[in-house]
Amino acid sequence: MAATGQVSATATPAPPRESRFATALREAVISGALAGVLGFFFLALKTDIETGGLVITTRWGLWLISIVIVAGGRLLLSLFVFGRIGTRSAAKSKTTTTSTIPWGKILTRALLAFALVLPFFFTYFFPQRDRQYIDLAILIMTYIMLGWGLNIVVGLAGLLDLGYVAFYAVGAYSFGLSAQYFGFGFWTALPMAGLLAATWGLILGFPVLRLRGDYLAIVTLAFGEMIRIVLLNWYQFTGGPDGISGIPKPTFFGLVIGRGDGSFGDVFGIPYDPIHRFIYLYYIILALALLTNFVTLRLRRLPIGRAWEALREDEIACRSLGINTRNTKLSAFATGAMFAGFAGSFFATRQGFISPESFTFMESAIILAIVVLGGLGSQIGVVIASVVMIGGIELLRNLDFLKSVFGPNFEPTEYRMLLFGLAMVVIMVWKPRGLISTRDPSATLKQKKQIGSDMVAQGEGH
Amino acid sequence: MEYFVQQLINGLTLGSIYGLIAIGYTMVYGIIGMINFAHGDIFMIGAFIALAVILVMQTIFGIAFLPLVLLLALVVSMLFTSAWGWVVERLAYRPLRGSFRLAPLITAIGMSIVLQNFVQVAQGARVKPLQPQISGGVTLMTGSNEHGTISAQLSYMQMIIIATTLVLMVGFTLLIAKTPLGRAQRACEQDRKMASLLGVNVDRTISLTFVMGAALAAVAGLMFLLLYGVIDFYIGFLAGVKAFTAAVLGGIGSLPGAMLGGLLIGLIEVFWSAYFTVEYKDVAAFGILAVVLIFMPSGLLGKPEIEKV
Repeated sequence: MAATGQVSATATPAPPRESRFATALREAVISGALAGVLGFFFLALKTDIETGGLVITTRWGLWLISIVIVAGGRLLLSLFVFGRIGTRSAAKSKTTTTSTIPWGKILTRALLAFALVLPFFFTYFFPQRDRQYIDLAILIMTYIMLGWGLNIVVGLAGLLDLGYVAFYAVGAYSFGLSAQYFGFGFWTALPMAGLLAATWGLILGFPVLRLRGDYLAIVTLAFGEMIRIVLLNWYQFTGGPDGISGIPKPTFFGLVIGRGDGSFGDVFGIPYDPIHRFIYLYYIILALALLTNFVTLRLRRLPIGRAWEALREDEIACRSLGINTRNTKLSAFATGAMFAGFAGSFFATRQGFISPESFTFMESAIILAIVVLGGLGSQIGVVIASVVMIGGIELLRNLDFLKSVFGPNFEPTEYRMLLFGLAMVVIMVWKPRGLISTRDPSATLKQKKQIGSDMVAQGEGH
Repeated sequence: MEYFVQQLINGLTLGSIYGLIAIGYTMVYGIIGMINFAHGDIFMIGAFIALAVILVMQTIFGIAFLPLVLLLALVVSMLFTSAWGWVVERLAYRPLRGSFRLAPLITAIGMSIVLQNFVQVAQGARVKPLQPQISGGVTLMTGSNEHGTISAQLSYMQMIIIATTLVLMVGFTLLIAKTPLGRAQRACEQDRKMASLLGVNVDRTISLTFVMGAALAAVAGLMFLLLYGVIDFYIGFLAGVKAFTAAVLGGIGSLPGAMLGGLLIGLIEVFWSAYFTVEYKDVAAFGILAVVLIFMPSGLLGKPEIEKV
């Protein structure tokens, strides 16, 4: 191919620049061909289990459609998106945000106000589907809380933790087990879950202190998997894969939210409605999440928070300035773990059932994705990323109309994780610093250095 | 004794597969300093392609001559899996080169999710069993214990796996040590900017690294398929984590280290299952990793990382 290119270049004087359409077309053809190559063994051929072994079936139509889609998509992208990026980013950099209206603050306040009235908003405007929507809000809020907790470790202290879900599991199991063996209620178990998770954070944090960067990531991943495997196999104590069921619901100052004498509705004279339980759970997780946020914001102003940020920016400089990096790292690990423990015990009470299935590596990856996609260290970024990623994925459950397009066998939920992964890749490539850009350290030298530390290539200053 | 020898053989076989995957991790980490999280899933892709090739050869073309089928499966799987490796690098990692450290790790995790779920959607979630292709073996020794006679067998399958791994290892070591491509790779590993100033095409070298890693992962995938006879879309995760563990254990960035680490992890896993409990074999492998990293942060054969300020 290179040879023919050379021949044609010498035979006829090549035009100085290929027209944009021709370039786009060529790229589209290449992309289509690649899609054909990649998809051949996965889309064109399918292995199925039949009696007597595997059989192979062909799906040429699907294969051709996928090639056309990829080629067409690439053509449109190169014509309408890629060509303009340069001009657009140049225009953007000229108009740096100098607007006097603090949009960030307004957005935060508006979101907070909406979060506070959310259950009533849904019960009032969507009375048919309120339970579903509030449940989704609880789920999103749980991820927001986990994201904020992990943000302390990854976003502030810069310690890449791929096993965060282990502390979530510790929190959930400490409530589940204490409810099962000692009959603890949610409010008694909540602080204990936080403490236990923090202790585990210290225990797991201690050996990995000397590691940095990706080594830390892989060891935390290994620890997360170890905790899950132990939960899975310690059958006598944790119930193994069967998990723990019948975990009690939280009470309201000793009053059960439910039917009967002495229940919440009975005492306050409100007729019982199952939705009360959801609303109550929602406010609990909202309070827990706001607590996480509040503590993080306050800690950032304390010396320890400053030390975390310094550690993230440059560990060696941090140590040279006399900061005890060991204690700083451990405190970040323990604080982050504590909030995961709280969230875990909330998860246990919400589900009423826990099993090791819920604490796989995928959960850690989702939480980390939320933190990084939102923008490391940015609190509001975590909120937006959770709503976009978790809410967007859950929306797929409601897309029944797609069945009329793709046929009755089409199951949108099958594509949930596929789209989640694609969104992670696309958002990251499109905005590597996250949807909301990374938070700068709380305390910085006002005089700008020639190169910002965030522009330095990997290997230096991390 | 026979039991021990048998476990030793099993461990070496499993370790060879881990080692082949680990090379992909170690090369990529060496050259661009990132964990290619999707590498385990590239291994899974390789196994699926090999399965499809074997089935097409045997059921559609009716080729019964096994060595030819396996050789074709190997070559086709290596080629197509390389294409996957190249595309993953091109789409998810290259746009983020020079970005901050976490960005490519996140796209790598995203790519891993994409590959797993793509295969799940396209090929179904159920496991794919393949009837044993190579059977028989050589009995090395027989003895008896309280349960009756016991023998240590080296099956032809295991011989093929260990031999192929050896050949590939030697080939790769030579490739890295002697060829211009290997020299370019080592240059990029040491200093990417300097290498590009001296006329090394850095992007191309990195792409080729991914292609080579993917090709080796495809070999490992074929071996895994033949050895266990069962694959599904999820095999990549655990194998990937273990192989990365192996790469770190051996000292990341070092090819012999990756192989040594792979063999060690395979042996640890098999012996732990044989003499202690099967359930906790992964805990054992990860525990060893943690211990090694704490006391020997640069792995067994790795060079200590010197940080310049």
